[in-house]
Amino acid sequence: MPRPFALPDLGEGLTEAEIVKVLVGEGDVVAEDAPLLEVETDKATVEIPSPFAGRVARVHIQPGQTVKVGEVLVTFDDSSAVGAGHGGGGRGRGASEPHSPRTPPPAPSPLPRRQPATVANVSEQPLAHAAGGSERAAASAPAMATGTGVGVGPVPATPATRRLARELGVDLRVVRATGPAGRVTDDDVRAATSGSASRSSSLEAEVAPAQRGQAVAEPGAAAPTRGGAAAERAQVAKPLAPIGAEAPPLPRFEQWGPVQRQPLSHLRRTIAERMALSATLIPHVTHFDRADVTELDAIIRRSVEPARERGLVLTLTSFLLKAAALALKEHPQFNASLDGAAGELILKRYYHLGVAVATERGLIVPVIRDVDRKPLVQLQRELATLAQRVREGKATLDDLRGGTFTITNIGALGGTGAIPIINYPEAAILGVARAREEPVVLEGRIVPRTLLPISLTFDHRVADGADGARFAAAIVRRLERPEQLLLDW
Amino acid sequence: MVMGDLVIEVDVAVIGGGPGGYSAAFRCAELGLETVVVDAGKRLGGACLWEGCIPSKALLHVAALIEDATRAREIGVEFGEPHVSLDPLRKWKAERVVGRLARGLASVAKTKGVEVIGGRAVFESSRELRVESDEPQKIRFKHAVVATGSLPSRVPGLPLESDRIMDSTAALELPDIPERLLVIGGGYIGLELGQVYASLGSVVTVAEMTDGLLPGPDRDLVQPLARRCEKLFAKIRLGTTVTSLTERGSAVEARFGGDAVEAFDRVLVAVGRAPVSAGLGLETTRASVDARGVVAVDERCRTADPAIYAVGDVTGEPMLAHRAMRQGKVAGEVIAGRPAAFDNVVVPAVVFTDPEVAWCGLTESQAQRDGRRVQVARFAWAASGRAATLGRSDGVTKLIADPDTGRLLGAGIVGPGAGELIAEAALAVETALTVEDLAATIHTHPTLSETLMEAAEALLQRS
Repeated sequence: MPRPFALPDLGEGLTEAEIVKVLVGEGDVVAEDAPLLEVETDKATVEIPSPFAGRVARVHIQPGQTVKVGEVLVTFDDSSAVGAGHGGGGRGRGASEPHSPRTPPPAPSPLPRRQPATVANVSEQPLAHAAGGSERAAASAPAMATGTGVGVGPVPATPATRRLARELGVDLRVVRATGPAGRVTDDDVRAATSGSASRSSSLEAEVAPAQRGQAVAEPGAAAPTRGGAAAERAQVAKPLAPIGAEAPPLPRFEQWGPVQRQPLSHLRRTIAERMALSATLIPHVTHFDRADVTELDAIIRRSVEPARERGLVLTLTSFLLKAAALALKEHPQFNASLDGAAGELILKRYYHLGVAVATERGLIVPVIRDVDRKPLVQLQRELATLAQRVREGKATLDDLRGGTFTITNIGALGGTGAIPIINYPEAAILGVARAREEPVVLEGRIVPRTLLPISLTFDHRVADGADGARFAAAIVRRLERPEQLLLDW
Repeated sequence: MVMGDLVIEVDVAVIGGGPGGYSAAFRCAELGLETVVVDAGKRLGGACLWEGCIPSKALLHVAALIEDATRAREIGVEFGEPHVSLDPLRKWKAERVVGRLARGLASVAKTKGVEVIGGRAVFESSRELRVESDEPQKIRFKHAVVATGSLPSRVPGLPLESDRIMDSTAALELPDIPERLLVIGGGYIGLELGQVYASLGSVVTVAEMTDGLLPGPDRDLVQPLARRCEKLFAKIRLGTTVTSLTERGSAVEARFGGDAVEAFDRVLVAVGRAPVSAGLGLETTRASVDARGVVAVDERCRTADPAIYAVGDVTGEPMLAHRAMRQGKVAGEVIAGRPAAFDNVVVPAVVFTDPEVAWCGLTESQAQRDGRRVQVARFAWAASGRAATLGRSDGVTKLIADPDTGRLLGAGIVGPGAGELIAEAALAVETALTVEDLAATIHTHPTLSETLMEAAEALLQRS
């Protein structure tokens, strides 16, 4: 019985991935959990291990291809067939050979079977001349635990139901069928999605962090190699997913001078799509403020050396994280997502903060969990390891998901301020520029103070200007009185 | 790029204006994508409309009229000998049938905003096509759909230079009614056109390499057709290879299997069709093409090149217009980001001979080859009231079902109107209906559609 392996549900929001590398070839025998292929999702490169042991009968995908969740990646022969040396691929191209519908055998309600004169029961020794090992196995193999849709060929369902299953990313083969004669109904498919939470989480566990470093082919660097099992992905230009308004056609730039066209990397495309989505859907409003971080700066300076002795590089970001998390607790509407369809604001009772990290490949936002509950030193440590993993392209999906609020610190690169775009579907983002010593009038005297310009950009559907000002002030207050950060106030 | 080249930028470029191509283009346009069709003849319809399905059915309709007039004698209606005038017949076929449908397609394209560009399209990369025509131009596309179709195959070693040796395209032009016609190939094209020419008055010989006419459907469905062909044709040579064709004066001499030699006025070579994928520049893309010229696609009609899709005959068997149309719609939807797939369970097939043969899904012989247990019911039309009133009791309706679940797996019909009747069976198999569903549905009386219900009832032993 050939066993198809589809792209598992990779978790929230992720519906597709780009194949980076195929690590097996047709005919290879692989062990359970052996690496099958590498995919690049929104922001991480992950390795997909083999769900079971067996011989790879067909590889349906190739590097560079974008696959959706539920799409079949690889078909395995039955493990018992390994070494049995059957030709394989006798069925040829399934899609265009629809003349032999194969339907799964087990079913709850068989027909009454008294034989009328006009009815012939063909082939009483059913398995004598099985042409493809697949049929044989389908008849004798025990049913897959999850459903009745076992066997080769199409699962019985109407075309509309099959389409619904594709739409919802449901593999019909694992749906429990309730219709007559084992037919899968629309309701069965919908039921499968509601129960998929447990299924996808178990699949998530199979998604291991990538075991390697950079996998980025610079545009045009890798020649498209075909056929090789481990061929490197070639850069292929693909259009961005459309969001709302359609872009008008571009002029022919060639008329003014030479141009060069460069395909977007998967990451670049994802960033472009996410930013366009956010900027299109969310009415952005930005509030500016400055925090007097003279005292905080002094604390950091004093602690740099002792921290280094403990193997730690102390930075402002960990203090920013703490300040933001504490301020979010006071202003929960900034730690939220707007569910426009439901007409509800989803307030999150956890404080997982994303930190924008610039990499050679582009912007990546790893997430630090439960910032409100962790001591500063731990935050600093986690931040360092995360940033390292991200820069090496080894971040796992879990490193990048579940954020509730984002901080982007452009200080290292200079500038006096920036208005970042909200990391959809979050409600706000904090932008931080470089802290500078400036003359400040304090109690009638001009004194040098270290000032940190911040900008709070938030979803105006969720909060108003006054709320934003208060939330920004709550952050500023904590940065100006670092003892509050230590006391978690 | 040469300076001054006209470059068109589109979302989707469809290559080939046949059923697969125009279906894809129309769907793309409906979904808001800017779409052009590049067609060598600068027309929509493809082989189906211009040199296949439609003109052959028009001629078969004429053949059926003549046959009906002949049969009418048996029931006491006399029309006299039919007289066929080729000029009005050709004109009717070209203008009232093909021309009218072509104008219809062109106006649909206009309504949907699909531009048809004349010329031969050649890929220069996964982003760009060169169109070779009087006004060379380039098309820069986001997606391309290859729908270049197929052409009649040649028999290796047999020349096609003489205009007395025709392929199906030439035969449909109806150059004349040859006194003696040799049809090489006993498949559906050979039998359909053989019957047309026989009805028009030719003495027809059919030479088929295998040992039976019409490979594919079950033999018991082919038998009534074979009997009809035996009456209509002068000779059916099975298991016969034509080894040479020699033009002698106004005749063509055919040598069969080495010894027998016979002279004919015309020869029709109908040995199948081959995909058209050569010279398309596909080697500049990542799409893969096999040794027979078939472009490999997955169930979303995507080739190995993410920007390039392919539909229809160029993607291989079964080379049928209705399959191409479905594929075209799937390709259009996939390009527009919808979750479509060509996951169809059945591609029904029809041979428009007299009697018609139609089938879909699993055949009995395929089940036997696979060693699969099936239940089979065969309902002979001798028991059908409607068949009796039509004077056609030679039909058979056959159902193939899964013995354990009662699910319908396939159907085959032979008899007049089989091509229309198969639609119900196709719907039943595609939607995974059971024999009981079919038996319990009320079918109008008296019609031939009742034969499907009767066969289903036979399977339920309630007849």
